[in-house]
Amino acid sequence: MKPAPFEYHAPTDLGEAVRLLAALGEHGRLLAGGQSLMPMLNLRLARPEAIVDLNRITALAYHRLDDETLVIGALCRQREIERDQEVLARCAAIADAIPLIGHIGIRNRGTVVGSLAHADPSAEWPVLAVLLDATLEVEGVAGRRSIAAQDFFKGLFATDLRPGELVVEARFPLPPAGAGSAFIEVARRHGDFALGAAAAVVELAADGSVTAARLALGGFDSVPVRATPDPAAAAADVHPVDDVHAPAGYRRKLAETLARRALHLAEQRARKAGR
Amino acid sequence: MTWVGQRVARKEDLPLVTGTGTYVPDFNLPGTLEVAFVRSPLAHARILNIDTAEALSAEGVVAIYTGPDIRDQVHALVLDQEAAPPGLETAAPEIHPATIEILADAEVRHVGQAVAAVVADSRYHAEDAAELVRIDYDELRAALDPEQARLPGAPIVFDNVPNNVQARYRIRVGDADAALDGAEHRLAMKIRSQRVMAAPMETRGVLASTVGEETTVWSSTQIPWAVRNSIAGAIGVPQRQIRVQIPHMGGGFGQKVNVYPEEVLVTYISRVLHRPVRWVEDRVENMIASGHARDQLHNVEAAFDSEGHITAIRDRFVLDSGVACPYPLSSAYNVASHFRSMYRIANFSIDAECVLTHKMFNLPYRGAGRPEAAFVMDRVINAVAQELSLDPAEVIMRNLIADEEQPYRMGMPYRDGHEVVYDASGFPAAFERLLELIGYAEHRRTQAQLRAQGVHRGIGLGTYVEGTGVGPFESGQVHVDAQGHVVVYSGCAPHGQGLDTTMSQVVADAFGITPEEVVFRAGDTALLPYGVGTFASRSVVTAGAAIIESSNRLLKRIKAIAGEMLEMAPEDLEVGAGRVRVRGVPSRGVSFKEVYRAASPGPGARLPEGMDPGTSESFYWVPPTVTWGFGVVGAVVDVDPETGVVDVRKVVMLHDCGRVINPLIVEGQIEGGLVQGIGATLYEHVIYDESGQPRATTFLDYLLPTSAEVPEIVQEHLEGTPSERNPLGVKGVGESGPISPPAAIANAIIDALSPLKIQLNELPLSPATVVAAIERAGAEGPLHPTGVKIGFPASNQSGGFLR
Ligand SMILES: Cc1cc2nc3c(=O)[nH]c(=O)nc-3n(C[C@H](O)[C@H](O)[C@H](O)COP(=O)(O)OP(=O)(O)OC[C@H]3O[C@@H](n4cnc5c(N)ncnc54)[C@H](O)[C@@H]3O)c2cc1C
Repeated sequence: MKPAPFEYHAPTDLGEAVRLLAALGEHGRLLAGGQSLMPMLNLRLARPEAIVDLNRITALAYHRLDDETLVIGALCRQREIERDQEVLARCAAIADAIPLIGHIGIRNRGTVVGSLAHADPSAEWPVLAVLLDATLEVEGVAGRRSIAAQDFFKGLFATDLRPGELVVEARFPLPPAGAGSAFIEVARRHGDFALGAAAAVVELAADGSVTAARLALGGFDSVPVRATPDPAAAAADVHPVDDVHAPAGYRRKLAETLARRALHLAEQRARKAGR
Repeated sequence: MTWVGQRVARKEDLPLVTGTGTYVPDFNLPGTLEVAFVRSPLAHARILNIDTAEALSAEGVVAIYTGPDIRDQVHALVLDQEAAPPGLETAAPEIHPATIEILADAEVRHVGQAVAAVVADSRYHAEDAAELVRIDYDELRAALDPEQARLPGAPIVFDNVPNNVQARYRIRVGDADAALDGAEHRLAMKIRSQRVMAAPMETRGVLASTVGEETTVWSSTQIPWAVRNSIAGAIGVPQRQIRVQIPHMGGGFGQKVNVYPEEVLVTYISRVLHRPVRWVEDRVENMIASGHARDQLHNVEAAFDSEGHITAIRDRFVLDSGVACPYPLSSAYNVASHFRSMYRIANFSIDAECVLTHKMFNLPYRGAGRPEAAFVMDRVINAVAQELSLDPAEVIMRNLIADEEQPYRMGMPYRDGHEVVYDASGFPAAFERLLELIGYAEHRRTQAQLRAQGVHRGIGLGTYVEGTGVGPFESGQVHVDAQGHVVVYSGCAPHGQGLDTTMSQVVADAFGITPEEVVFRAGDTALLPYGVGTFASRSVVTAGAAIIESSNRLLKRIKAIAGEMLEMAPEDLEVGAGRVRVRGVPSRGVSFKEVYRAASPGPGARLPEGMDPGTSESFYWVPPTVTWGFGVVGAVVDVDPETGVVDVRKVVMLHDCGRVINPLIVEGQIEGGLVQGIGATLYEHVIYDESGQPRATTFLDYLLPTSAEVPEIVQEHLEGTPSERNPLGVKGVGESGPISPPAAIANAIIDALSPLKIQLNELPLSPATVVAAIERAGAEGPLHPTGVKIGFPASNQSGGFLR
């Protein structure tokens, strides 16, 4: 279980990384926290000719709250967000989701942006991105562009990124004050990729009626899905398949259950916040 | 007894927990070559051609070996290590030896079988070159379902095994057929224990270094002598030119209780190339090319009366052997001898077959047949209770063997040929204590109320017996060295069990010293002429007996020598603090060091008339038969009926392992074993798809329990019945933990959802399995046909948005 040979580059600034990536084209691969890429290299499932290691570009190791938006740089570890009480207090769905991602050791290394770029349909960050209408800021030699999360995920481990592009930061607009949000999932064991996940945001009017609701489902399709915020309808929005952990029929039912619970919990939290 | 019975901290752990241990990969012999294997990607195929030309010219490659290359130099392993002993005739065993090829010669028989070995200056280069070996296969139909594989027309795995039935046996006690025919009630169930693997933290690995004619082989194995003998036989060299040593080892659990092709081949290559040669198994290889386990499908019937007394069991099962079942007695016959557990069941009939298929071979894994048997038996008991609407605890109680009936004779032989006679008692008291510790009565009072609040809590119960300390023998030697240290040589070597500490406690008491002062050596075929190994809950029973008997012999010897030196009768002497002293006059005595000098050959010797020189004694312990431990286990679970998620809240286990030498170590053994049992119950599954491809080849898909899945564990040692079948009064305990969790947890889930009367007869109990069982039980949505409401947490209160 040793990787196939590859060249290794460790640029120290973003411009250099972009130039390297452009020169390498589809033969280059970025390395962030390595929690997904290293196993793929060792199993020879990924065989890039060159690795461009982002870890020395310390300028990308940031996150901040810009008013209502959580901005996360490419080298921000998942654990940094987990330890930011202000962020957690502002969005319960994020607070719910992070402890479900692997284990602390993995979150210490693994980056938020790496998780988005890796585009595992069962991963938590992509579901959050789709739920919260995040945008990804992408840079290549041709310049910068922004991609909406729903357009970014193209399929199983596939994204809208073109060869030579990298994600510089991800921007998550947080739910408005007074809204409730939630993230729940079922996994075989603690820290496993989810059999299925649901995340919701519910907003209430002053009279307690629901004014807006959003629902995202992960693990049921090849990409995280924005679904109709109604459990029965949401289950019809997903197309699960069999795998070694559960048959499709189980997952379809799970989609409905998790959708109901996530919406319900988000609503409960919104009511609590409104009181 | 100063040390035996104490919670002595393990003395061997410092290197293990500070990263300074020496495992196979840690050796740093100059010039070591590394091996990577090219393995079969197909379950069954003819090899048409192997082209190594490009790989041979790759960077760092020294040599490549294929099956045809070694055909005349290295023989396949033909393992008949479990031929039936005298006494087993009534079981009518038919056993074919297991054939294991070193490298596939003309045909591959499972995904992962080694086809070529690439030897290079590093593992990186070896793996790069392995990708360049071109092999043309002609794919053949594979035998994958053992029930089909035994029928005419199925693909044959080995020509010398007709119908793929490598082993079979049957047992008849009383007349189960008649009892079933005349029964008041009967039931039939199909029960499966899935294929799992031991997944030791350290994978296998072997390093061979040849100096002159002797090759030293460091291998991560549980059976050094058998490995030595098999290697010597396969490559045709004298056994004493091969020395097998076990360095530090990160677990075995039965996966390393077999000799493997890689051990033979790496030794052979080292002897050909005169270089140190190493192969360290990676995790993917471990999952497809190291022994799997369990994989039994039972068709069981039970007869019972309206009070729940079970009057007969009739079982027929097949064990999916994969390409070999090297231990048919341990893997399959153990099922028969442990099946009836702590229960009085007069009529018993069982028929077993070990059937070959095109999968990895099947080895005895911690528990070896007992978890499979216990899962069937305690599912049956539970189903009887369900059928009669009785409390499962009540049904268990009614079937338990009473103390007056002990020593209970099971009416059949153990796998060593001796009759199964329990040397244990106190079954009902242990079971009552379990109910008390787990809060059973309270649970029954509050269960309905909790259910109304949406909490589906259940308690499930299981029992087991365990024949421990199997022979054929074990060796021990005790020695006083020139510095006066007491040195112990053991035929059983530890791979995490704490044997150094346990044996040192025994010897420390015998010699009046501290465990720290005892030097423990094991795991080296050069230390002792004969030895067996560590497996089957046997080390403390068998090596412990050999060591205490050796100690007693040596004490007699050194007292005789000291008597000569002090001009005293040996009866008037005692040992303590590293000296032999005159009883009542502790200041008069000689040190062990002085005794050593007096016992050394040469002019300075001062030995009693006729005594040979030396301060060593050895003993080969041949057990009369096994000694029986037993235990009772309860699990408390919460079930989410909508998602099928099971939360194991607590496991309680009471067990009898005879005299406890070190409670700390025993508790560790039980805890680890229970967790492995939880893994096999809820998570682990070696899956092969319909083309024979393994589908769980990394820990992403083969789910081991982690610390986050470990529930509260409560243990109690019952010291009811010290064994009279060995001098220490001990019974084995290493395998007891994993036996009962499958039954206890399945029964607990069933109890949590008791109004639905579900059945859980197939492991693992994944969320999808639990939901499927609920659906099968006919529960449409939250309403059971009988009208009992199963509430769903967080779903039954509706908010404004959610109608
Ligand atoms: C045992 C284990 C359990 C895990 N469990 C979970 C889980 O439950 N949920 C979950 O969500 N994740 C889980 N993970 C994955 C973990 O969260 C990963 O860290 C994450 O998915 C990828 O982040 P990374 O920084 O490690 O990326 P890397 O592994 O370094 O890279 C992943 C991919 O993203 C690309 N990439 C990285 N950064 C960029 C960038 N800036 N622009 C473009 N492409 C980029 C890489 O080229 C690579 O293809 C688990 C990992 C392990 C080892």
